[in-house]
Amino acid sequence: MFLIHCPYCGEDREEEEFHAAGEAHIARPLDPDACSDEEWGNYLYFRRNPRGLHRELWVHVAGCGKYFNIARDTASYQIHGSYRIGERFTWSDAEDSAAP
Amino acid sequence: MSIDPNYLRANQGFRLADGGRIDRGDPLIFSFAGRRLMGYRGDTLASALLANGVRIVGRSFKYARPRGIVCAGVEEPNAILQIGGREETQTPNVRATEQPLIDGMVTRPVNGWPNADADLMSIFGSLGGALMTPGFYYKTFMFPASRWESYEWFIRRAAGLGKSSKLPDPDRYDHMNHHVDVLVVGAGPTGLAAALAASESGKRVLLIDERSEAGGSLLWSGDADKYAWGEAIDAMLPMQWVANAVRRLDANPQVARLTHTTVTGYHDHNFLTAWERRDDTCAFSGSDTVPGTRQRLHKIRAASVVLATGAHERPLVFANNDLPGCMTASAVSEYIRRYAVIPGNRLVVMTANDGGYRAAFDWKQAGREVVAVIDPRHDPDSSAIQQAREAGITVLTGSALVEARGRKGVTGALVAPINKLATFVTGDTRLLACDTIATSGGWSPAVHLSCHTGSRPVWDDAAIGFVPGPTTERRYAGGSLLGHHALAQCLADGTEIGAQACSVYSDEQREGSIAASVPQVQSSNTTEAAPMALFAVPHPKPSSRAPKQFVDFQNDVTAAGIEQSTREGFESIEHVKRYNALGFGTDQGKTGNVNGMAIVARALGKTLPEVGTTVFRPNYTPVTMGAVGGAHVRELFDPERYTPMHRWHVKAGAEFENVGQWKRPWYYPQGNESMSEAIAREQLATRNGVGILDASTLGKIDIRGPDAREFLARVYTNSWAKLAPGRCRYGLMCGEDGMVMDDGVTACLADDHFHMTTTTGGAAHVLSWLELWQQTEWPELDIFFTSVTDQWATISIAGPNSRALLDELTDDIDLSAEAFGFMDFRTGHVAGIAARVFRISFTGDLSYEINVPAHHGQTVWDALFNCGERYGLTPYGTETMHVLRAEKGFIIVGQDTDGSVTPYDLDHGWAVAGNKPFSFIGKRGMQRSDCTREERKQLVGLKCSDPNTVIPEGAQAVRDPAQPIPMSMVGHVTSSYYSAFLGRSIAMGVIKGGLKRKGEKVYFPLADGRTLEATLCDPVFLDPEGARGKV
Repeated sequence: MFLIHCPYCGEDREEEEFHAAGEAHIARPLDPDACSDEEWGNYLYFRRNPRGLHRELWVHVAGCGKYFNIARDTASYQIHGSYRIGERFTWSDAEDSAAP
Repeated sequence: MSIDPNYLRANQGFRLADGGRIDRGDPLIFSFAGRRLMGYRGDTLASALLANGVRIVGRSFKYARPRGIVCAGVEEPNAILQIGGREETQTPNVRATEQPLIDGMVTRPVNGWPNADADLMSIFGSLGGALMTPGFYYKTFMFPASRWESYEWFIRRAAGLGKSSKLPDPDRYDHMNHHVDVLVVGAGPTGLAAALAASESGKRVLLIDERSEAGGSLLWSGDADKYAWGEAIDAMLPMQWVANAVRRLDANPQVARLTHTTVTGYHDHNFLTAWERRDDTCAFSGSDTVPGTRQRLHKIRAASVVLATGAHERPLVFANNDLPGCMTASAVSEYIRRYAVIPGNRLVVMTANDGGYRAAFDWKQAGREVVAVIDPRHDPDSSAIQQAREAGITVLTGSALVEARGRKGVTGALVAPINKLATFVTGDTRLLACDTIATSGGWSPAVHLSCHTGSRPVWDDAAIGFVPGPTTERRYAGGSLLGHHALAQCLADGTEIGAQACSVYSDEQREGSIAASVPQVQSSNTTEAAPMALFAVPHPKPSSRAPKQFVDFQNDVTAAGIEQSTREGFESIEHVKRYNALGFGTDQGKTGNVNGMAIVARALGKTLPEVGTTVFRPNYTPVTMGAVGGAHVRELFDPERYTPMHRWHVKAGAEFENVGQWKRPWYYPQGNESMSEAIAREQLATRNGVGILDASTLGKIDIRGPDAREFLARVYTNSWAKLAPGRCRYGLMCGEDGMVMDDGVTACLADDHFHMTTTTGGAAHVLSWLELWQQTEWPELDIFFTSVTDQWATISIAGPNSRALLDELTDDIDLSAEAFGFMDFRTGHVAGIAARVFRISFTGDLSYEINVPAHHGQTVWDALFNCGERYGLTPYGTETMHVLRAEKGFIIVGQDTDGSVTPYDLDHGWAVAGNKPFSFIGKRGMQRSDCTREERKQLVGLKCSDPNTVIPEGAQAVRDPAQPIPMSMVGHVTSSYYSAFLGRSIAMGVIKGGLKRKGEKVYFPLADGRTLEATLCDPVFLDPEGARGKV
């Protein structure tokens, strides 16, 4: 069970307090009506699902109720950082180039 | 019948006169398979059975061969017993080697029919490998599939893995949380040294051990003062050092210690679970004393974890090695020195390392005969061998014990010379008469916990075993878990990793910890000969012709079986393991796995690291469901949510329905009414007079902010721009895929203030959904959401008399049709309580939804009943609510929709405003080509041709009832009821192309053989003009 740092509460809390909400940084197309079926399908359904470094959206549902992002290794389950919506997270250069 | 205790005491023929960590002044009487036996406090069930000469403790899983106790600890594969004094406390598969003896304990073997001593099933066993080959069950019981149920009965009967009680468990269990700096797993020499070093730093330390007392292998170590093989630590006898260490730890307020507690799971981010057996007395003895907590599950979050889990001795694989009397060498030592129990009279030891000689020394010191020590190594030289020869023990080097002889127990050992690589027999065999065989193939580090987070163990040639692999967790390992078996090395490891583990926060403390001195060992064991990597002992015959050589005792996996599976093409260890069920027992292959991998390696001509290992998963040992559940049973299993008027409903005799965690009144039977009679009465009373429904469970979200209106327009499919304060609107909420997700009525309280209602089950999800969009996509919108579901009691009154009834209770709300129209909202007072009243309707009749602060809900409810009698006020539950709404074709999201239904499929296009400036959520999704194609399933009404027949919900529709199977299904029924008001059955369903097929017939072939006929129609069965609601 993960120990997750909530960047709003500033505390490490049990995974039980959180819900995962999928891959982070999936932006809604600014003009949905201009999207082709394929583009909209990609936005709706297609995710990277990498083995390794991954940025994820979580919500502190039994805490402050805030959505935030986690940079996590999906193979080792190590969490490298938690950051607020609107912020960016970068691994070291070497790690980032290893990420797909 | 009372039995003379002196008789029972004398019956312990294998109990030594003195020694051991048992209390001879505290005799405990227990029963095994109906026999009354005696042991002492300090015994395990296994040591007490051995003391009484019990050799057969069960029959094997597949071949029903007699089996005895092999080990003395957690790794025991055979001695798993059924224990329980009463039917409700029956516990299967308890390891006798770990279970402390309890006075009055009732135990028996888990299998064996008619009993373990004479098992009829063993006839299969003696027919042998030819009949029950690997994959026997797969191959034999595969076809025909229809016979599986009878096969299963036979297999279960034959296998007999104990039984659980079906009665409620009378015992108490609970959970406890810990947050510590250092968790030390294992209180042997390594763990104790680590805990001591860590505790010096002032950090919070938790030390856990599965045994009933600390000490680990020191519990049966030799004392230096009276024993050639003995050792001392810091000039203290080993157990004196342990007692001293425990005293120091217990005196430190920052240190907690748990005994008889098994760390069973090592989960992500250093979260571990541990299972504590606190008091099994009541459950296992049948006494009626109400116990405290029987077992406890500890949930531990640790900054660092020190694994000092030790190692399990591997028995060697040789012919008939499963005969009762074959044990591991360390188990023989432990029974003698810790429990003063000698498992036999004449011992043969077969060991590939120096450690196995301990069994011979202990046996000889106990005054029994050591027939020989068989050592496969050619010309080894070490202190152990010299001491054995000096003590007059016969040592046969370059030899192997190739086969045990005997029928229900060991009577002899067949010994032969072998070549240097121990791959074949080089000379004639000779038979040594004996009744006990102790073997040691080396030690398998207990890597189980280290694997749980996904770290693969790696082979270590020096350790002759798998050791923990790399990990990303803050985890430290030492002692025999790393293959370091020398006591001095274990203590040094422990001190080092204990200090490292508590240095995670500060370097200063690390400096202090490192200063802790390593305990010094005095030992006569000065020179060691290198151990030999021996797993399966060669036999004069190939293993397919030799007597069975067992690898996994619990699942009856043999060397021949493993070899056969490699011939059948199984090469991956993962496949061999599954095909043979190697390591699939309750012992998870603690003794057998490495031997099995070695045999695979031999058969495939590979090295052990090339074959690789399988990974262990939680739990390390089986955990009872009682401990897993803890206190979360019965009424505490899951929270229940009650509305403010709940007690009134209970008093009124309501039957309740679970809606999520809510308890909602389902219907209110009166007298001897049946459910359908009650619903008919409630329905007619509402349609003809006035009914009252507790709607407090509806999700309610208070929405505020200048951008609230814009936000609603984005998340709902319809338009919100012109909704004036004081007005309500029904809204449909879709996902981005265009599928209906929730619905409800939202009222505009002010330009920047709205009251949204959601479905009862969807409330939490909708709130998260709104937050998701506001927080991640549109943070620029100034808006706040607050869940107010529990803050408001919601009372819905419906029916032609509802206006007159409400009029009696309010004097500041004008209820006239002109002043308070359909879909209007007003504030005022009802029964003197400030209220929000919505004129909305889920029945089609004139209806008001009265919202008052939750703690006033009962007051208003009572006030309505006080003047309700003359209007025929009748409470109705969710079932009547369903009938009333279905008559009007109102949908229930989640019942009439299933996540694949768009607003257009529901014929709710009127609720979609396609011309809104912002492309609302779901708009693009519902325009995808698949959502606009012909022949989608669409919601329609269904009238059964027989008006008295209610089509079952979920029934599948076909167009041609004569079509042969498989028929083409065109949809299914989503809602179906009998309407007393209409005098006929009504239904709704989703039917392919239904909206343009109204008037056509569909058919419902049912499982009971009937085929029902129905006509597609409009889903509004009552008052299609909407006149009833707009009076």
